[in-house]
Amino acid sequence: MTNLAIHTEVKEQPPAPDAKTSDKLEEKLSVRNLNFFYGDFRGLTNVSVSLYKNKVTAFIGPSGCGKSTLLRVLNRIYDLYPNQRAEGEVLLDNENILVANYDLNFLRAKVGMVFQKPTPFPMTIYENIAFGIRLYEKPSKADLDARVEDALQRSALWDEVKDKLDASGLSLSGGQQQRLCIARTVAIRPEVILLDEPCSALDPISTAKIEELIDVLKKDYTIAIVTHNMQQAARTSDYTAFMYLGELVEFDETSKIFTNPKEQRTQDYITGRFG
Amino acid sequence: MALNNTKALYARRRWRNKVATVLSIGAAGFGLTWLVLILLVLIIKGVGGLSLAVFTEMTPPPGSAGGLLNPIVGSLILTVIAVAIGTPLGILAGTYMAEYGRYSKLTSVVRFINDILLSAPSIVVGLFVYEIMVAQMGHFSAWAGAVALAIIVIPVVVRTTEDMLLLIPNTLREASSALGVPRWLVIRYVAYRAARAGMVTGVLLAIARITGETAPLLFTALNNQFFSWDLNAPMSSLPVVIFQFALSPYDDWQQLAWTGAFLITVAVLGLSILARVLSSKKVAQ
Repeated sequence: MTNLAIHTEVKEQPPAPDAKTSDKLEEKLSVRNLNFFYGDFRGLTNVSVSLYKNKVTAFIGPSGCGKSTLLRVLNRIYDLYPNQRAEGEVLLDNENILVANYDLNFLRAKVGMVFQKPTPFPMTIYENIAFGIRLYEKPSKADLDARVEDALQRSALWDEVKDKLDASGLSLSGGQQQRLCIARTVAIRPEVILLDEPCSALDPISTAKIEELIDVLKKDYTIAIVTHNMQQAARTSDYTAFMYLGELVEFDETSKIFTNPKEQRTQDYITGRFG
Repeated sequence: MALNNTKALYARRRWRNKVATVLSIGAAGFGLTWLVLILLVLIIKGVGGLSLAVFTEMTPPPGSAGGLLNPIVGSLILTVIAVAIGTPLGILAGTYMAEYGRYSKLTSVVRFINDILLSAPSIVVGLFVYEIMVAQMGHFSAWAGAVALAIIVIPVVVRTTEDMLLLIPNTLREASSALGVPRWLVIRYVAYRAARAGMVTGVLLAIARITGETAPLLFTALNNQFFSWDLNAPMSSLPVVIFQFALSPYDDWQQLAWTGAFLITVAVLGLSILARVLSSKKVAQ
């Protein structure tokens, strides 16, 4: 990173989803007519959106608009709570993950998630990462060491922790903890990574590091990021979805959303008129 | 004008604050006084009787020398068995309530009943075990005593386990579930680890609680003048021996009762301090 200052310029334009080049884009996850309920409260209404392979999709919108809710459907983490339910279709590689008998552990191995608050497990830094790997594989000690190092390298944390892998994960700073959580997610080799406001608890330098990381990670993964920070959405994403009151208002290339939105509400939000 | 009003208001508040402070300090001092007095009496009366014989000789017949070896060992055996029975049951039940059944009706019912059990007079527990074990088997036994104590251990462990697990933020459960970790592994490797200090504290408090229990043992393990490893026979224990010896007219028995009471108090105090240290360690993390 040569420039830590805020840079809001929009990235080079990716091919448009509706243009002729669209057949080059592969839909990794597609959400079709999704409705979500917290008990009787409807959290999402008829949401349809796609996550394209090896692209970063940002979800923006005012608090309570359903961004996080949508993300929590994509790995069915909402399933932990008995009064929450989703209706509609979410296709992962053309398979509906909302069907009752879909294997949730398998799903979550493929669709990883990083939360708003860093959540290191009460274990050593090494174990935080090895724990997830051991769930799926039985690597030798050397292989495991290599996997842990690789995950920490990918999340740009290796240099800071390589001498204290046996220290508690809780001893790291907030930004380091969050990168540890990303490393943990990356270590089990998911295909999609969901980031739920990953930088909202972090300082600007840690934020910059994580944004850099997102840029690197998208070469191998499909990424969805929920953010309150519109500059962050503009900086990191290829596509942006604007949500409002549980509905998806507009979904397009990030450059179009930020320079030439079709909807008035999108325009109002990104220019700071509400939200 | 407004300023004067404000000054008067602040003066009034300061005065009230002083009154509240004095009252709370007084109340704390009042409670502490009795505790210190009890400890002082125990030390003055109990330490005098401490000797090697207390730990090496059996309870004596009136008028001859002896010690507390059989009740000390008996108490240890009863406590170990009670904890061995009560802890796993309590932890599993608490785990169900905080993890698997957090939102179920059954959990509210169990929690309600557990709270009743937690404050149930221990003599009721003794009578209950007398009915289901002693009366059925036809004789008093160490097993019956251990079961009675286990019934006292369970609600304490259930309560602390549930409370400690509920303290763990859901974000940690979500984060581990989001890795595709099955629920029982989330509980075993993440929830238990995060709650470990608190759960151990709960078990220690349960031990402290049963160490001094007399009533449930009177109807179950009874007492034994002699050293015994036999779990099917009556077994001696410190609280029951204290109870018996303290009520006796013999001076040497009364002295042994004081010594026994001193030993129990030191043990309970030690456990409480250990529990404190462990739970403060958790905060430090």
